Amino acid sequence: MSTATLPASNKSWLDRLPVISHLRMSSGLQRGMLIAGLTLSGLFIITALFAPLIAPFDFAQSSDASGDFPRQAAPDSKFIWGTTATGYDVFSRTLFGAQTAMWVILAAVVMSLFLGVLLGLVSGYLGGWFDRIAVVLSDAIYAFPSLLLAIVMSIVISQGQSSLFGGVMAAAISITVVFIPQYFRVVRAEVMRLKAEPFVESAQVIGASPWRVMFAHLLRNATRTLPLIFTLNATEALLTLAGLGFLGFGIEPTSASEWGYDLNRAMSDATSGIWWTGLFPGLAIVLTVMGLTLVGESMNDLNDPRLRRFSRKKAKRITQSGQVGASK
Amino acid sequence: MTNSPVLNPEANAGTPEVLRVEDLNIDFVTDAGAVPAVRGVDLQVKTGEILAIVGESGSGKSVTARTALGILAENGASRGGVYLKGKNMLTLRGHELREARGRDVAMVFQEPSTALNPVYTVGWQIMEGIRAHNKISKKEAKARAIEAMRQVGIPDPEQRVDYYPHQFSGGQKQRVVIAAALALKPELIVADEPTTALDVTVQAEILQLLRDLRDELGTAIVIITHNMGVVADIADRVIVMNQGQIVEQAPVIQLFEAPQEDYTKSLLAAVPHLGRESASEGLAERPHQDAEVLVEAAGLKVHFPGRLGAPGFTAVNEVDLKIHAGEVYGLVGESGSGKTTIGRSIAGLNRITGGSLKVLGYEMAQFKERTFKPLREQIGFVFQDPAASFNPHLTVGECVAEPLAVHRDLNPPQTRAKVAELLESVQLPAGFANRYPHELSGGQRQRASLARALALEPKLLIADEPTSALDVSVQAKVLELFRELQAELGFAALFVSHDLAVVDQLATWVGVLFRGSLLEEGLGSKVLANPMHEYTQRLIASLPVPDPREQAQRRKLIERLNGS
Repeated sequence: MSTATLPASNKSWLDRLPVISHLRMSSGLQRGMLIAGLTLSGLFIITALFAPLIAPFDFAQSSDASGDFPRQAAPDSKFIWGTTATGYDVFSRTLFGAQTAMWVILAAVVMSLFLGVLLGLVSGYLGGWFDRIAVVLSDAIYAFPSLLLAIVMSIVISQGQSSLFGGVMAAAISITVVFIPQYFRVVRAEVMRLKAEPFVESAQVIGASPWRVMFAHLLRNATRTLPLIFTLNATEALLTLAGLGFLGFGIEPTSASEWGYDLNRAMSDATSGIWWTGLFPGLAIVLTVMGLTLVGESMNDLNDPRLRRFSRKKAKRITQSGQVGASK
Repeated sequence: MTNSPVLNPEANAGTPEVLRVEDLNIDFVTDAGAVPAVRGVDLQVKTGEILAIVGESGSGKSVTARTALGILAENGASRGGVYLKGKNMLTLRGHELREARGRDVAMVFQEPSTALNPVYTVGWQIMEGIRAHNKISKKEAKARAIEAMRQVGIPDPEQRVDYYPHQFSGGQKQRVVIAAALALKPELIVADEPTTALDVTVQAEILQLLRDLRDELGTAIVIITHNMGVVADIADRVIVMNQGQIVEQAPVIQLFEAPQEDYTKSLLAAVPHLGRESASEGLAERPHQDAEVLVEAAGLKVHFPGRLGAPGFTAVNEVDLKIHAGEVYGLVGESGSGKTTIGRSIAGLNRITGGSLKVLGYEMAQFKERTFKPLREQIGFVFQDPAASFNPHLTVGECVAEPLAVHRDLNPPQTRAKVAELLESVQLPAGFANRYPHELSGGQRQRASLARALALEPKLLIADEPTSALDVSVQAKVLELFRELQAELGFAALFVSHDLAVVDQLATWVGVLFRGSLLEEGLGSKVLANPMHEYTQRLIASLPVPDPREQAQRRKLIERLNGS
C-alpha cells in the first residue's frame, strides 16, 4: 500500500540517464561495487580512445631510429612492460588491444541489439508461424557451442586472412550471431508480458495498427532491461574475441593488436620464465571483464527495488533531512 | 489532529488490553527522501474486541496494524511503542519476535491465493506454525490442524487437510488462512483487508466467521479495511485514519450516526448506499427503448479452450441483451460471471464462439480486424486499472491524443487544442497534458482515461469496473463526472461492475450475470428492490450497507436466505 506518487520528471535528463541515476540511488557496498566497475570501465574506454597518444610505439613496430627492438627483453626504462618474441613493445600492444576490444564490443553489441530487439518485438507481438520459427532457430543457436560458431563464422567471413576491419567485423559478426538470440529472448518475453497489459489493449480498442502498437507503445517499455544485458554481453563479446584470438582465428598482429592473440604467443614464453608477455594482456582482459561485469551486476541490483539496499547512514540522512515527496 | 473522546470508556474498563500503540511514527526512506507514513498514532485493543481501522489508500492503516506483528518494510524507520501483552514489538529481535508471532498475534492477509504456498498441502501450512512453537509429534500437530479447519467451517477437514490450495475456492482458501492464524489460539488477529479479494456473497460468510470466532474464543481482531459496509457489519469500535494520523475513533454506531470530524463525514457521504440515488428512480418502463439498437446479443457464447486436454471454460453462455442508443446498461456479477468477457467481446478484444453479437450492425461472429477498424472510433473503452491502462512512457496528452492520431488527421497544434479541450471536459487542467501518468493520482488518471475514451465522441462507451481500483471519495467524484458527461453527450454505455450500489446509481437498465448466464434484467430500482431470482436476492442481501443498525437487520436476512 501507500504508493505515494513521487515526482520524477522534475529531475534533469542528466539524472535520468541509466548509469548516472543508478549511481545516485546507490549506497554502501553496492555503491562501492558500482564505482569500482565504473572506474575500471572508464579506464578501459579512455585507454581505447587515447591509445595512439599514450602508447610510446605503434602496435606493430619492432624498430625505431636507434635500430631493431630487443626480443623478449625484460621490462626496463624504454620498454616498461618488456618486449615480445617478435620484438613488439608489450605496453603499446596492450594499450592498442583496448582499442580493438572496444571496436569489437561496439560493433557486436550494436548489431545484435538492433536485430535482436526488432525480431523479439515482431515475434512476441504478432506470434504465429514467424514466432515459432524464430524461437526454434534461436534455440538451435543456443544449443550450438558459441565459440565453435564464432570460429566457423570467422572462417566464412575472412577466409583466415584478416585486416583490421575484416578481423574486427569477423569477430563482431560471429559474436552477433551468438547474441541475437539473447536479445530476442529477453525482448520477446517482455513483449509477451506487456501484450496483456491494459495499456496495449487500450491501444488496440482505439484501432491502432500492429506496427503502431509495437513501435509507439511496446518498444520503449520492453527495452528497460537492455542497458543491463548490454554491459553483461560486452564482457562476453570481449571474452569471445580473446578466445578467437587465442585459438588463432583472430586478427593478424600486423593489422591490429589483440589481447587473445598476444596471450597465445606468450604461452611458450611462460615456460622459459618470461612472465611479462602474458601477464599484461591477461590482466587487461581480467580487469576489463571485471569492470563491465561490476557495472552490469550493480545496475541489475539497483534496478530492482527489492535488491536495492539503503546503507544505514543514508537512511538516517534521509529521515532527518525533511520530508520530500509526501504531498499527493 | 484531534482524537475525539471514546464514549463510555467504562464499558470496557474491566477487560484487559491486548495491544497498546503509543505515539507511533513511521517514515519510509525512498530515493526522493523520507515519506512519512504514520504520525503520532495512539490506540488500544481490548480482549474480545473487533477494532476496524478504516482509511483510504496511503492513510497508513496497514503499516500501523502490521507493526503489531513487528512487520515493517526494510526501508521503514519507526519510533514510539507497540506493546503486545507488555512487550514492545518494535524492539524485539530474532528469537523473541518469532516467539510472539503466531502465539500472541497472527495475521490474515488480503489475497488468500498468494498467502498460501501452492506446493504444500494446506494441512502442512497450518502445521508449520503449530510445530514452530510446540514440540509435538506430527500426528498431534495434524490433529490440531484438522481441529482448526473444523473451527473455520471447512467441511470434511480430515480429508481436506491433505488438499493443496488450488483445490479450494477463494473463500475456502481465506478460511484456511484464518485457520492457520487461529491454530495457536493467539489473543490478537490482524486481518489486512481480509475480504477485499472476495466476492460479496463470500465476504458475508468470512465476516460471519470472524464474528463467530470472536464470540467463541474471545480473540481480539484488528480489521483493516477501506469498505465502510464491512466496518458497519463487523466492528465494535472504529478508527478513521487519514494521511498517517488518527482522525477519529468511536464506537461503531456513534461513528456512523454522529461523526464528529469533517473528514469522516465526507468519507461516509461518498460511500454509495444501495437503494439511494437510483438512476432509474421513478421510471416505469425502460427509457430509450425505441431508440436505435447499438448492441444486440442473441444466444451469445464465449468459450475459452482448456490446455492440453483440460476442459475449457464457458465464460458466457446463451446471453441475450440489447443496448439502445443513449442508455446506460449496468451489468452486475461476481468474479467469473462473464461480465468483463461480454464487455471485451463487444470491443473486439475477445472472439465470440457461438450465437450472434451485433455491434453497431457489425456481426462479431465474422470478426476481422480490418473490417471492424472503422467502427472502432464509435466505441470507447475505459479500463479497470487506470494505472495500467496508460503507457508509462507517454505523457497524458499523448495518451489522450492516441485515438486522434489513429483516426483523425490533425496537425500538432490542432491536436494540442483538442487534448486541452478534452481534459477540460473531464475537469483536469490542460497543463496535465505534459505530465506522465504516474504523476497523477488514481482518480485523475481515470478522468484522463475517460477523456481518451470520449476523444472521438463515440456512440458507445464500455466501462469495465472503472471505479473499483479507486478510493470511495474519488469514486464518488468519477461517477458524478461520468453521469454529467453521459447526460451531456448522450452516448450509450455498458457499465460493468461487481458493485450493485454503483451500478444502480448510474444505470437505468440492469442485468445480473451468474456463471455466464443472464439471470434477470430490468429497471435498476426494480431489480434491486424486488429481485426475482434467488441468486440476486442473496447477492443483494450480502452487500454490506454502511449503516450498522440496518446491517444487523440485513444479516438476519442472509441467514434466513442461506438457511432456506
